[in-house]
Amino acid sequence: MRPRKGTIGLILYLLLLLLPIYWMFNMSLRTNADILNEFALYPADPTFANYIKIFTDPAWYSGYINSITYVAMNVLISLSVALPAAYAFSRYRFLGDKHMFFWLLTNRMAPPAVFLLPFLQLYSTFGLIDTHIAVALAHTLFNVPLAVWILEGFMSGVPREIDETAYLDGYGFPRFFLTIFLPLIRSGIGVTAFFCFMFSWVELLLARTLTDTVANPIAATMTRAVGATGLDWGLLAAAGMLTIVPGALVIWFVRNYMAKGLALGRV
Amino acid sequence: MNKWQDNRAWFLVMPVFLIVAFSAIIPLMMVVDASVHDISGPGNRVFVGAEWFKEVLGDRRLHDALRRQLTFSGLVLLIEIPLGVAIALAMPRRGWGVSVTLLVLALPLLIPWNVIGTIWNLFTRPDIGLLGVLLNGLGIQFDPTAAPLDAWITVMLMDVWHWTPLVALLAYAGLRAIPDAYYLAARIDGASAWAVFRYIQLPKMRGVLMIAVLLRFMDSFVIYAEPFVLTGGGPGDSTTFLSTYLVKLAGGQSDLGPAAALALIYFLIALAVCFAFYRALQNVGSGDQR
Repeated sequence: MRPRKGTIGLILYLLLLLLPIYWMFNMSLRTNADILNEFALYPADPTFANYIKIFTDPAWYSGYINSITYVAMNVLISLSVALPAAYAFSRYRFLGDKHMFFWLLTNRMAPPAVFLLPFLQLYSTFGLIDTHIAVALAHTLFNVPLAVWILEGFMSGVPREIDETAYLDGYGFPRFFLTIFLPLIRSGIGVTAFFCFMFSWVELLLARTLTDTVANPIAATMTRAVGATGLDWGLLAAAGMLTIVPGALVIWFVRNYMAKGLALGRV
Repeated sequence: MNKWQDNRAWFLVMPVFLIVAFSAIIPLMMVVDASVHDISGPGNRVFVGAEWFKEVLGDRRLHDALRRQLTFSGLVLLIEIPLGVAIALAMPRRGWGVSVTLLVLALPLLIPWNVIGTIWNLFTRPDIGLLGVLLNGLGIQFDPTAAPLDAWITVMLMDVWHWTPLVALLAYAGLRAIPDAYYLAARIDGASAWAVFRYIQLPKMRGVLMIAVLLRFMDSFVIYAEPFVLTGGGPGDSTTFLSTYLVKLAGGQSDLGPAAALALIYFLIALAVCFAFYRALQNVGSGDQR
């Protein structure tokens, strides 16, 4: 049916997609002197020195732990507030519901740069600067609206007769919601968690500004590659490669739901 | 499909309202406050009204940044949407190829944005980058750190590399929702590949493509980290977009007034576009799509 031309084009595209990542991988296995001296398509003499340096120096690897900590916090907060709200939007008509939904959407679209300064002032007032929770809270700005949006799509796919039957059977809202409804949309919850993870993991402008030393994300740590002798390209590449790993692992788990989740459940 | 009318649903929305209010309304009010005052020190603030707005709106560098921003976002949509659709059409519908393709496509989306900049810096540098060395080896002068055009090409390439997979995944989700019976009917009628695309696939993808356009416009409109790491907004100001300019403006001065005014204007532009898209999305949803 479909001509092979398309398949060949697709394979070529996927290879091109991987090329820049391969190049970084290539550099991460070479020493800085080697990179600067000689141009090579593959590491002739691969070394793990860059990776070993990152894993043995707390100043390096703490960046990864910090990032994972605030991302996990953010996913938990976003999901727990977004679940009931998404249920309300998918099931009920109430005063100002459309306006509320649009207002939420605008926050997903707000430029993070706009919020940079007020966040700094606000969080220092509350003594939250340089804590994981500050970054997790700041990231709710775009993740909570997104979570509501995706979950609402998935919930609207569940027929309301189920709710009605459960209420007739004498279930109260909390029991129905937790024991019947949530299990029904568990794939939607998984997909939402994935997207919250993704957007919190990749955002670094806010994460960097709101932290100093204790809760520093990887981004700030990566500037450490700039040493007294100039930039250590090999070390920078190794640090970059390591930031790809958590994402790749998560993708593997949600690969079958990913496309539908990206479409916000509205296909 | 009628929803139940019940204002008690507000109790369910309350947590979201509170948390987003804390991270959106309060900060926004602080920006509004800063934008109408001249603060030269603690306890020394003067109300200046629309002074900062006038200054910022008359700023030539803002006009340039806005022009570049719109060009960039327009090009992003023009390239990424058709390319994404083409990739989705070429993707296998079943078998192990699906998993592999999805995995590779999603990879760029999960890389932190500043690392995206680093990857492309490593890839295009004329001294150590694969692309840079190759092009220069072919006799084509290419140096994104010195030539504005090269910097633009690199930033565009980077964004297409980074975000086209998102469009492709969305379009793919739309395609998967088409029942096989449609294709069968088309084959019986002897429809050409173009007719299948135009009358079956494209209408079915309309909803997800609207989402793709919305997300791509908004995310490209607020882009910061990737070009900042790659070019630092240079050479000169040639790749300085709105966010880059805003952060530069806010960082360079002790007085937050102009930056706050710019932030508000920026936010309003984003809001206006967002509203237009939201209305369009609603119309798509109310059509024959479901």
